[in-house]
Amino acid sequence: MASNDIRLDHSIIYSIIEPESRVLDLGCGEGDLLYPLVRDKQVRAQGIELDDKAIQECVRKGLSVFHDDIEHSLREYPDNCFDYVILNQSMQEVKNVDFVIHEALRIGSKVIVGFPNFAFIRSRFMLFFRGKAPITKSLPYLWFDTPNVRFLSIDDFRDFCAEKNIRIIEAHYLGERRIVHFWPNLLALNAVFVLAKGNA
Amino acid sequence: MTETGNKIDIDKSVGVVETQYYTYAGPGKEHKLESGEKLGPITLAYETYGKLNKEKTNAILALHALSGDAHAAGVHAGQDNKGWWDDMIGPGKAFDTDRYFVICSNVIGGCKGSTGPSSINEATGKPYALDFPFITIADMVHAQRHLIDFLGIDKLLCVTGGSMGGMQVLQWVASYPERVRSAIPIATALKHSPQQIAFNEVVRQSIMADPAWREGNYYEYGQPEKGLAVARMIGHITFMSDQSMEEKFSRRLKSGSFSFGFDADFEVEGYLHYRGANFVKRFDANSYLYITKAIDYFDLSGGRLIPGGKAIDTRFLIISFKSDWLYPSHQSQEIVRLLKRKRVDATYCELRTTYGHDAFLVEVEEQTTLIKHFLDKTFNGYLVVNDHGI
Repeated sequence: MASNDIRLDHSIIYSIIEPESRVLDLGCGEGDLLYPLVRDKQVRAQGIELDDKAIQECVRKGLSVFHDDIEHSLREYPDNCFDYVILNQSMQEVKNVDFVIHEALRIGSKVIVGFPNFAFIRSRFMLFFRGKAPITKSLPYLWFDTPNVRFLSIDDFRDFCAEKNIRIIEAHYLGERRIVHFWPNLLALNAVFVLAKGNA
Repeated sequence: MTETGNKIDIDKSVGVVETQYYTYAGPGKEHKLESGEKLGPITLAYETYGKLNKEKTNAILALHALSGDAHAAGVHAGQDNKGWWDDMIGPGKAFDTDRYFVICSNVIGGCKGSTGPSSINEATGKPYALDFPFITIADMVHAQRHLIDFLGIDKLLCVTGGSMGGMQVLQWVASYPERVRSAIPIATALKHSPQQIAFNEVVRQSIMADPAWREGNYYEYGQPEKGLAVARMIGHITFMSDQSMEEKFSRRLKSGSFSFGFDADFEVEGYLHYRGANFVKRFDANSYLYITKAIDYFDLSGGRLIPGGKAIDTRFLIISFKSDWLYPSHQSQEIVRLLKRKRVDATYCELRTTYGHDAFLVEVEEQTTLIKHFLDKTFNGYLVVNDHGI
């Protein structure tokens, strides 16, 4: 894979994570995010993935992965046993989001969440002018075959964090190829948040 | 468990192999068993495939299931019965004998060359029969450790096996964690469940109910064939899945119509009879009793796999099979949960297959992908390929 093929969200997350961190990737797919972290930054990585073909790919890359669904995978871990827990493009597929985020914050010092922004301007146009369920680069599915069960905007997520007393350490807003600096809730396709437990 | 007698492609095989024997625990040095009893001398039958490297870092110990033996790969001279894991052990296979040195030994209590109830008791000059002491999975592993010492291997690259072989894998980690770099337990459990114990008890009762068993003293007269055959038939039912039986036999009749008698009408009946009849020719009834008991006693739950506060650096690859109802996936997941709590580096995969428990012997392709790359990583660390140019 050439460097310009690296997904923007992956390169942002890659740059956030410090060398030799302990990382848990929830919904790690074929390990495309974890592999360079392990290779270049000697990260101690563990993936969780439901698809058995994807697991075979991870093992091919030398990654350690558990065959499990995200919601069932967290309970057994001791508190604070990871530096980062990643939920990239998988939170919107989880039913019990509140539980998963809180468990992730329990077992990880920081949690990285990446999700598609439902309030992206094109989604708004599709819904408002065409009266149809939005299909965008970050939400590419037809309504009847989407794996997503949660649809949220960047502002929704900020509200969620405020209400649940979750601290937002960093926020990155992503367009198709570059970072979005203005009106992210309108102009960003995806967002990547770094979270930590709020003050008690 | 699925006996294979097909001719093999010699290019992909380790070729002709010979069983070797190692004897220890002679007079005064008897092996103290978990039960407190002593056993000795002890002979272990074993085979090896591939070459041990100079640093002695490429040794893999393969551990067999209930009715297995030391003959895991290749063929014996003049015979064409290939080893029980020949699909997995050989040049270019999952356990690649071009790179690794693979060892397989028959368990103590067995009847394929290692000391067991059918062996001659040196004290009496007769087969032990029920004078043979009770053995456990830990005793089997303890004996294997003597063999590994004898072979001069300090740390095994990997211990692996399915079913009871998987229990020995876990026991290796529990007993000698510093001597195991990686562990691949397949289709196994941390402890035998009441359902599994129940099946084993029916198996034992069917052997002991045969008058030909003679309280274990049948060696002059011949095996309790009926009881042992029924025991094995029960086993074979549990090794398959509902779906694999449907695919293999459905309700097909052996001769096209009902006999209206108690002969085997259905193909599935014929298959079980055939398996039972074959088994009595190759396996000792008392060994079956002793080994099933050892399996039932197995329990590494609680803090017994990895004692509290202890850190281990053994890597794990755990494999289970969706259609395996004898050792269901939730038992493998119990191992995974324990490893998570102990923060042990591990991979777990449940493979989709219809073969049931037998899958660990026959589901070759996906197991091979997982095992080959897992061993690669364990042996070489990361092969730095500059294909992700961040």
